[in-house]
Amino acid sequence: MRRVYMDHTAGKPVDPRVIETMKPYFEKSYGNPASLHSFAQEARKGLEGAREKVAELINAERKEEIVFTSCATESNNWAIRGVAARNQDRGKHVITTSIEHMSVMNVCKYLTRQGFKVSFLPVDKQGTVDLEALMKELTDETILVSAMYANGEIGTIEPIKEISEIVHSEKAYFHVDATAAAGQIPIDVQEDGADLVTLSSNDMYGPKGVGALYVRKGTKLDPLIYGGGQEYGLRSGTENLPGIVGMGKAAELAKAEMGVESRRLRCLRDKFIKGLLEKIPHSFLNGHPVKRLPNNVAARFSYIEGESMLLNLEMASVAASSGSACTAKTLEPSHVLRAIGLKHEEAHGSLLFTLGKQNSEDDVDYVVGLLPDIVKRLRAMSPITPKELRESV
Amino acid sequence: MYSEKVMEHFKNPHNVGEIPDADGVGTVGNPVCGDMMTIYIKVKDNRIVDIKFKTFGCGAAVATSSMITELAKNKTLEDALKVNRQNVADSLGGLPPIKMHCSNLAADALHEAIKDYQKKREAHKK
Repeated sequence: MRRVYMDHTAGKPVDPRVIETMKPYFEKSYGNPASLHSFAQEARKGLEGAREKVAELINAERKEEIVFTSCATESNNWAIRGVAARNQDRGKHVITTSIEHMSVMNVCKYLTRQGFKVSFLPVDKQGTVDLEALMKELTDETILVSAMYANGEIGTIEPIKEISEIVHSEKAYFHVDATAAAGQIPIDVQEDGADLVTLSSNDMYGPKGVGALYVRKGTKLDPLIYGGGQEYGLRSGTENLPGIVGMGKAAELAKAEMGVESRRLRCLRDKFIKGLLEKIPHSFLNGHPVKRLPNNVAARFSYIEGESMLLNLEMASVAASSGSACTAKTLEPSHVLRAIGLKHEEAHGSLLFTLGKQNSEDDVDYVVGLLPDIVKRLRAMSPITPKELRESV
Repeated sequence: MYSEKVMEHFKNPHNVGEIPDADGVGTVGNPVCGDMMTIYIKVKDNRIVDIKFKTFGCGAAVATSSMITELAKNKTLEDALKVNRQNVADSLGGLPPIKMHCSNLAADALHEAIKDYQKKREAHKK
């Protein structure tokens, strides 16, 4: 039976070429990069090569600006806490947006308990950050602004360069969570002017358990882990070398292949969205129609609930995701969907398909073929489906 | 995440629909919370002779609705009122803890439908 995986934002397979590159670092080049002997030299070469490749992906000026971490959540935590702790004598104000990942949201909430003031910027209906609100909130007390490059749940790509210019009109640092964007769209830290950038390995078809934080030279932040001084003394601990080498290879492949692959995904995405909106009455796109991640199809269907749709898709061996409360550990619908102005019941009726390398046009046709009947069936069962729609479906 | 029994009822829910001339109708929940259901009953000689449901909600909401119709069918009103949330969950082989509260509303909807029937009958008597 056909199995279709369209939950790439949640997890991606590791590219076989990445796995091949990692293998020697388990079996042969297992030395500790900090040691003196030839085993260590091989390991060191792998480590620095990977650093170089990740730096190239985002056009960092120096490879030393890349610090490896264990995941994007760690990078986000560190960027925000590290800057806040180190710069609090300059001010205790941090700005972020209302659609950030929980690894930014919850650190910011932690900061408010530590006596910081945190402003959460609103976004418009398509999920674009309100730049005027940013200008209003930004003061000489602001030490950090954190915004995502693109939102994985609704696909919207943010005006990072404009945000950066506003942020740097004051003495604040600018942190960008590029987890969902890196590897899909070109990122240029020199052009964009970000001071700190979060990157994830698995989001680029690298192994899980590795991430990185770009730290522009001169950016003042406290170290994350104290110890033997690895990663320029910012994040001590013996390096996860196979993982880091894997992330390096993933970054190299992303840089080389992103242009072609993203063009392919955009075509699939647009066909998918068009198909859904045409075939299913009372269906709507979540997020920006154009400034949108190439792999992101986020839509909502009135009068029915997301998890029921997901279970029906799962019965047809299609793996997708929902912004619905019922699938998460909390009962509240996604804060991102609420922030773009969706009512609770609209947020509950949302689905998220994130495409990836192995998805074909056949996969898209298959899902677009399945979903209208699923929606019809659930609407027939729903007490809130309007009568005229019930009879037409 | 869900028991086989829940999935069975989700895939093939029993007694979906409306009863246009129902003797009692009970609606609980709210689409805002993600779950809402309506139960329709037909009563004859103090017994539930027909029961149908409509549900907006997750897998657990659909399965509990389906299950309550099976549990309540042909019961006297007194016995039907004794069916509670725990009975529904147990009959389904258990529910994930987070679903016990928000999605397990079917017993409440049934009780509302019975109360609605009783209220209408009282009004009729007067």
